[in-house]
Amino acid sequence: MEIELRSIDREALAKLFAHWRDEGRRIVAPKQLGEKIDFAPVTGLDQVSLDQVQTVQSPKTAVFPRVEELFSYKSRDGQVEIRERDGTGVPRTVIFGLRPCDAAAFASLAAIFNWDSPDSLFSSRLANTVVVGLSCPRADEYCFCTSVGGGPGATAGSDILLTGTGNGTYLAEIVSEKGRQLVEGAGDLFGPALSKEKETFLARVDKAFDRDRIGPALAALFENTAFWAEQSLRCLGCGACAYVCPACACFDIQDEGDVSGKRLRCWDSCGFGLFTLHTSGHNPRPLQSQRWRQRLMHKFAYMPERQQVLGCVGCGRCSRACPVDMNILEHLRGVVEAKP
Amino acid sequence: MEALRNKARELLQSRTVQVVIGYSRGSGGSSRAVFVQAPSQADALVFDDTCRQNLAVYLMKPEVRKLGKAALVATPSALRTILQLAAENQLSDHDLLVLVVDPGGDVVPLATFGAIEARVAALNTDLSADEKEELRKYKALGQEQRRGFWQEHFSRCLKCYACRAACPLCYCSRCTVECNQPQWIPVPAHDLGNLEWNVMRAMHLAGRCVNCGDCSRACPVGIPLYLLNQELISEVFANFEFRSGLAAKAENAMSTFKPNDPEDFIR
Amino acid sequence: MSDFQPKIVAFVCNWCTYAGADLTGTSRMKYSPQVSIIRFPCTGRIDFMLLLKAFASGADGIIVSGCHPNDCHYSSGNFHARRRWIVFRGLLDFLGIDVRRVQFSWVSAAEGAKWAQLVNDTAEQIRQLGPFSGYHKLRGAGVE
Repeated sequence: MEIELRSIDREALAKLFAHWRDEGRRIVAPKQLGEKIDFAPVTGLDQVSLDQVQTVQSPKTAVFPRVEELFSYKSRDGQVEIRERDGTGVPRTVIFGLRPCDAAAFASLAAIFNWDSPDSLFSSRLANTVVVGLSCPRADEYCFCTSVGGGPGATAGSDILLTGTGNGTYLAEIVSEKGRQLVEGAGDLFGPALSKEKETFLARVDKAFDRDRIGPALAALFENTAFWAEQSLRCLGCGACAYVCPACACFDIQDEGDVSGKRLRCWDSCGFGLFTLHTSGHNPRPLQSQRWRQRLMHKFAYMPERQQVLGCVGCGRCSRACPVDMNILEHLRGVVEAKP
Repeated sequence: MEALRNKARELLQSRTVQVVIGYSRGSGGSSRAVFVQAPSQADALVFDDTCRQNLAVYLMKPEVRKLGKAALVATPSALRTILQLAAENQLSDHDLLVLVVDPGGDVVPLATFGAIEARVAALNTDLSADEKEELRKYKALGQEQRRGFWQEHFSRCLKCYACRAACPLCYCSRCTVECNQPQWIPVPAHDLGNLEWNVMRAMHLAGRCVNCGDCSRACPVGIPLYLLNQELISEVFANFEFRSGLAAKAENAMSTFKPNDPEDFIR
Repeated sequence: MSDFQPKIVAFVCNWCTYAGADLTGTSRMKYSPQVSIIRFPCTGRIDFMLLLKAFASGADGIIVSGCHPNDCHYSSGNFHARRRWIVFRGLLDFLGIDVRRVQFSWVSAAEGAKWAQLVNDTAEQIRQLGPFSGYHKLRGAGVE
């Protein structure tokens, strides 16, 4: 579908929020939570925080919840009744104010969740979610979207992408069919495009590395244990990077209950020591350096190979959240520049 | 800083230590841990107000211990951590040389636990006035408000375990959350599991935590974990007159008792 | 609220309180049936997490009871437990959990009457405090 250009101002946006509420949609947007800014349910535009470069967490929880019930069961007199989750009953959602990098990450998530068999719960959530992105007027030193095929004004993954053009007005790019339907249902809240100008309102994010070089560089470095040990010595093996990442999709399955209970899916991290521990007691990745290597290999070598999509969108969240400053951009530069 | 770099070079050149664990410049003007193994790398070392991470956490990391004898650039919290780890039989001063950078930039090497104890004895190891004030303000909240406060915070906990990973005293090679027969602490980050995790970690640190604050700094979503730890530090001191991290030989508050411990709440 | 029947879980040591509760029974003393008794070898074995697990399972109140200091069958288990309770109770209160919902006690094997009184008083206390819905509603919260 060809991108259609419209415009909207803050006043109309506030009305759009009310319209979404009337439609019974859950609205998820960046909100000030204590000292941090993070995605949370909101009911009005006035609760939304839009000045930050980036939020702490990604909005992936809207389609890949932190804790999700897969099915519940009840047993009585030797009979077990299972109630499976199907795609119905997932909340109709609008994610508002996410950045182009976050929007691009849905493709990475979808590639994993629909890889060899379709994940109906994930797909249902994604189908019921409208993505209204907001392009970036500012970036910081942690951002590297342009090095991984994205950009501060990229439209991939957004149903509508807004770009602030000053004085409370936004250029609205209607990217997808879902976006078009949203505009149609919103009456006259979207006006005609006042100008096509977009570039001048975008941040400048210089390319830091050539992404085509990363895969081969990683492959050449795989056996270089000293390189990985040096890069990862200060890593503490927590899950912060995986959990704030919009493209990380690893999960664990946990059953909770006894005569009645639930099967839950929850986030997991390849950085944890137990991530690859086998029941036999063998662990193919016993060292943190091997787990750090895995993180980069998975995102920049294995996923492009198998799913034809990178597992990283350059949002920089992992670097900002890391307690010990494992700056992924810095490490990727090291990969490209290393002599194998 | 030059004194620190020179000292590091000297220690590595003479092979007195195999690695100097200190701080280097990090992203955004911050500082982060650095492991200097060659004299030529010593220029990376810095020491200023941004250097707050408790580097003692690396003394318990197998990959770092394997490097050999370490010199550690220690903040006051790290000094107390080292003493607490020693009291728990996790460290020997044969494998460790502590470097303290004093306000003037001079480097004070502390080669024995005795030397570290003397240094710590000169510190104020009580909660600061600001910390006491914040605790007092929190405790003025009513019961429902307190419950709501933690309910809101714990609902945001991701169970990323950054708090555990950053804490030098959480060094169990098999943490209780990793036991799944039974699954004592739930894995998923739902509200109940998050409460159980944070309560349990606070209790496992009772009488041990040295109030370095790394757990709270590590938390990506900004949960004020330090409040829990500072409360228990106060409880342990008020009831048992015990403070952690003051001596290399000490008995853990929670594995000892006094016959006359208070019991006014016991019927 | 008037027909609220509180669920109380009692964590007791085998040698003193459990025997004492037995004496209550053999002495034909009646006490509130609201309590479910769980027997431990010693109060020193009681992990503080078990108290939270009891609340999560639906308990409205908890009794923790064992041998008097100096009478522990294992010499010092109850001393260790006492320290743990001091700290844990402080933490519960700090978190906004009503510590009146947890009753600690020393009940010896000879104190059958004390056990009955303890259970009855605790049941009444919990009846007045009402169901612990503030904690119970945590179950299932945060699961989509």
